[in-house]
Amino acid sequence: MRSLFFVVIASLILAACGSQPAAPEQPAAGVEDRTPKVKVETPTVTQVTADSGSLTGLAALKDPKSILSKRSVFFDYDQYVIKGEFRPLIEAHARFLVANANMKMLIQGNADERGSREYNLALGQRRADAVKKSLMLLGVKEAQVESVSLGEEKPRNPGHDEAAWAENRRGDMLYSGEY
Amino acid sequence: MLALISHSVIAALAVLLLAGAPLARAQLAIEITGAGANRLPIAIAEFGGERIISHALTSVVRADLDHSGLFRLIDSGETPLSDSNIAYGDWKNRGADALAAGSVAATTAGRYETRFRLFDVQKQDLLGGQAYIAGSAQLRNTAHRIADFIYEKLLGEPGIFSTRIAYVVKSTGRYELQIADADGANAQTALASREPIISPTWSPEGTRLAYVSFEAKKPIIYVHSLATGARHVAANFKGSNSAPAWSPDGKRLAVVLSKDGGSQLFLVNVDGSGITRLASSTGIDTEPRFSPDGQWIYFTSDRGGSPQIYRIGASGGEVTRVTFEGSYNVSPRLSPDGRSMAYVAGNGNRFQVALMDLASKQTQILTDSAKDESPSFSPNGRMIIYATESGGRGVLSAVSSDGRVKQKLSVQAADVREPAWGPFIK
Repeated sequence: MRSLFFVVIASLILAACGSQPAAPEQPAAGVEDRTPKVKVETPTVTQVTADSGSLTGLAALKDPKSILSKRSVFFDYDQYVIKGEFRPLIEAHARFLVANANMKMLIQGNADERGSREYNLALGQRRADAVKKSLMLLGVKEAQVESVSLGEEKPRNPGHDEAAWAENRRGDMLYSGEY
Repeated sequence: MLALISHSVIAALAVLLLAGAPLARAQLAIEITGAGANRLPIAIAEFGGERIISHALTSVVRADLDHSGLFRLIDSGETPLSDSNIAYGDWKNRGADALAAGSVAATTAGRYETRFRLFDVQKQDLLGGQAYIAGSAQLRNTAHRIADFIYEKLLGEPGIFSTRIAYVVKSTGRYELQIADADGANAQTALASREPIISPTWSPEGTRLAYVSFEAKKPIIYVHSLATGARHVAANFKGSNSAPAWSPDGKRLAVVLSKDGGSQLFLVNVDGSGITRLASSTGIDTEPRFSPDGQWIYFTSDRGGSPQIYRIGASGGEVTRVTFEGSYNVSPRLSPDGRSMAYVAGNGNRFQVALMDLASKQTQILTDSAKDESPSFSPNGRMIIYATESGGRGVLSAVSSDGRVKQKLSVQAADVREPAWGPFIK
C-alpha cells in the first residue's frame, strides 16, 4: 500500500515538473529594454566541518574529545612543579584564554589530607599559583585568572592511601559559570 | 491549684534545661579516658530542695569535677545534707578530703536561689560558700559556677566549667560551626553551610568569632557576632584569605593572604580596613598567633626548607626560629601565661600534639594518637583541646598539659574538627 502511495506521489511530482511555464518571449528587435534586470544569484554555501580539536570554540570547554574539557593538573608529594605531561593541557587553556579575553578562570589548588589544614591551604595555593604563572608566561593576562586554594577540604578521593592522596594533590581550572 | 501547676511546669523546664537539652541536632558526648596522678577526694552531697531539680544540679557539679580528672568523687548517699552540723569524722572515714553541701529553693516566678558551702574535712573548717539567684534557664550555668568555685578554692587556679568551645561539625554535604558549653552540652549552631568552614578563633572578650568560610568557592575571612548572628567580611582579597588570629586587644587580626603571591602574613583591622604586610619570605608563612602579651607573633613557615615555627615582633622585624627538632612542626598556640607553646609535631605520617616550655625549649609529646590537629588551650592553661581521629571519624580530645588527664568528645554520625576554646566569661 505504501509503495503504491509513493508511486502516485512520484507521478504527480513528475507531472508537475512536466508543466513548465512557457519561456518568456524575446523582446522585438530595436526596442530598448529599460526594465532593470534583477540579478539573481544563488548564494554560495561553504560547508564547515566542526573540528573537535578547535581551540577557540566555547563548546570545546565541555566537549570530552577536546583537551579543553580536561581541567586538572596533578602534583607529586610536596611538589608544586608542573610536570611535563601537563604542558600541552596548560598550553591549550592558555591559547583559549588569550583568544577569548572576556573569559575568566578560577584555579583551585588542593593538597592531600596529611598535616595541618592551614599549612595544606598554603600548599594548595602554591599549586594554583604555579598553574596561574604558567598561563601568564604563555600570554594570559593577570586580570583573567584568580588562583585560590581549597587545601585538604574538598578531596576528590576521600580515601586514606597513597592513591587517594595522589588524586587530591592537584590544581583545577574552572571557567566563569562553573563556580 | 493554678500556682501548683505552673510551678510543676517551671520545674519540668528547669530539669530539661539542667539536662542540657541540645538545640542543635548533634550533641557532643564527653568521655574520660585518663585521670590525674593525685586526684583530690571530694564528696558532693545531694543538694537539698525540690528533689528533681536539686538532683539534676548536683549531678552537673559532680560531672564537672569528675571530668576534670583532678577529683575523685566520694559516694555521698542520697540524703541531702543540712550544712549546719557536719559530721567531719564520718566524711573522713569515707575518704573525703573536702565536702560540698547546698540547697536549691524556688523563689518567685520561676527563679531559684542556690546556696552551698565547701568544707575542708581534714581541718574541719569552712572553706567558703556562695549563693546564686538564677532563672530556670540558668540553673545549669549555676551548677558550673559552683564547680568553678570548688575547683578554684581547692586547686588554686580558675575552673573552666563556665566556658564554651567552638568547633565545626561535618555531616554529609553540610558543615556547621557550633558553640557548646565546655562539657559539650547546649550546642548551638552559629553558621550552617554547604561548603567547608575552618580556623574558628574567639575574640578576646568572647563575643565574636573569626573564621574562614569557603561558601564563595574560595577561602574568605569573616568576623561573626555570636549574639546577633551579624557578620562581615574581614578579608576577601584576590586569592586566598585564611588563618585569622586576634590581637589581645581585640582590634586587629593577623591573617594569611595570597594576593601578593605565595601565602604571606598581614595585619588588618577587625573591620577589614588598614591592611599592612607583617613579614616577607619566598616560602609559605601561615598560622600566625599573638603571644598573650601582644608583643610577638608566632607562625609556621617553610622558609628554612621544612615547616617549622618562628617568631616575629608584632610590629614586624627580625624573625627567629623556635622549633628545631624534627622536620615538621606547625600550628603554634601560646598558653594563657605565655610560658609554653602547644603545637603539632609530624613524624612521617604521624602527627601529634606537643608542648614546648619556651624558656628551656624542652618539648614533650602529649598524645599517642596519629592524626592530631589544631590544638587550643583552655583559658586556665590546664587543658589542651584538639582534633583527632577515633573509630574512623573525626573527634575532639582534650589532654592536660602534663599529659595525664584525657577526655574525648564526639558527635554521633558526624566528624568534629577545628576546636577553639573560648575565654573566661567576665
